[in-house]
Amino acid sequence: MTAPFYVAPEQMMQDRADYARKGIARGRAMVACTFDEGILLCAENPSRMLRKISEIYDRIAFGGVGKYNEFDQLRIAGVRHADLKGFSFSREDVDARSLANQYAQMLGQVFTHEMKPMEVEILVAEIGHDSVGDQLFHILYDGTLIDETGWCVLGGEAEAIGARMSEEWVEGCSFAQALQAAVDALAGPDRSLVVSEIEVAVLDRAGARRAFRRVEDADVTAVLGVNDAENGT
Amino acid sequence: MTLPSFRISDDPGPDFAALVRRMGLSPVVPDSPVDARLTITHGTTCVAVRYQDGVVMAGDRRATSGNFISHRTIEKVFPADRHSGVAIAGAAGPAIEMVRLFQLQLEHYEKVEGAPLSLEGKANQLSQMVRNHLPAAMQGLAVVPIFAGFDTSRTAGRLFQYDVTGGRYEEFDHASTGSGQMHASAVIKMGWRDSLSEDATIDLVLRALYEAADEDSATGGPDLLRGIFPVVATISSSGFERLADDDLEARYLSILAQVATERGGSR
Repeated sequence: MTAPFYVAPEQMMQDRADYARKGIARGRAMVACTFDEGILLCAENPSRMLRKISEIYDRIAFGGVGKYNEFDQLRIAGVRHADLKGFSFSREDVDARSLANQYAQMLGQVFTHEMKPMEVEILVAEIGHDSVGDQLFHILYDGTLIDETGWCVLGGEAEAIGARMSEEWVEGCSFAQALQAAVDALAGPDRSLVVSEIEVAVLDRAGARRAFRRVEDADVTAVLGVNDAENGT
Repeated sequence: MTLPSFRISDDPGPDFAALVRRMGLSPVVPDSPVDARLTITHGTTCVAVRYQDGVVMAGDRRATSGNFISHRTIEKVFPADRHSGVAIAGAAGPAIEMVRLFQLQLEHYEKVEGAPLSLEGKANQLSQMVRNHLPAAMQGLAVVPIFAGFDTSRTAGRLFQYDVTGGRYEEFDHASTGSGQMHASAVIKMGWRDSLSEDATIDLVLRALYEAADEDSATGGPDLLRGIFPVVATISSSGFERLADDDLEARYLSILAQVATERGGSR
């Protein structure tokens, strides 16, 4: 009987991480940031039907990049978790922090115990009753949970996109400024994105019970178009 | 609470009621009649009437346990989602729980699937819930709802009436449920015209509930002393909108004045 090859645990984790990162880098990125009246979620997504950004609960939104079927499975698990929790207790007991912890547990478990890690990065965003209460939880393929402030970038090229984001985004900016910053950061200096390739949604601070709202193409054009005209492009 | 995850072969899909059952959160069905030994709180009269822009739904505010008034301000008309509403009569506890589950069912479906159910689909969902409740209904906890909404694909109001077995019947003009339904529906039947205005329809349902309360002890009338009025909501293209109590008070004052005039002012 032959003994199995010995693989150092460090090597095994490294291989898995590389595998997951490569998978994620193949997809397109997304950006989330706060603005004066809410949280903006903006993803580069050529599909109209397969969404990267969705509603989880009254004040909680979900964003995912990487392998669609994997983050969609996580999204549905999140909706179920939130709805069951609201049903058993009360609507105000449903919070992003607990959900983000659950996601981190699940992704960590899959990363160390399953055949292959999940090739996803996800975001759980919750809109507070004031800007201090806004929360952005960024969860990596290995279960690493990061509590971000102001803005966060998911996906490949996160560093380059983040650098552009930190230049253009300012705290307490308007929706139009936030959207312009997000789109510029995603596009980079050498390319421009058309409206049909961006998916935009917001969590409205002062809106109805369900704060999540998709921003239609026409409204995105209204914002970006005006700014483009000002820039003379 | 951990993240619910399922094998693909037994995934509950967008069905929240099935998920609740799977997680063991469904109430236990009593194995013998409960109404003989316990006094059950009952909700009573609700009506829904179609008008030119949609549907008006209304329900009185009284809950009774046997011959006692157990609550004066219970609500029996609820928004199901943006463009539909549900009104309930029967055992108040299970009825309100059914509404809560139904509201969540619609929202859960919309979030999981990324698109809302059709009005017909919503009506069928409620039918399944009433059907699943039949074992409890057999033990004396019957719940009989009305479902009404604005069908955005047909741009018209639609009404659905149910029976305890989950039977679903689409009504075209008006529907009613509860102990005062006979009196309320007689008033509506006499006053209903095709394409009534919103204003006239609201006055008609208020008069119907007034007459039901006049004849049926389990139905509460307008309580001017405490400022308690029926829950009345319009469901049209602009969604489910509940009327303010001030508006209802003014309308009831003029209805009472009209009744007084009809009686020739004699007491």
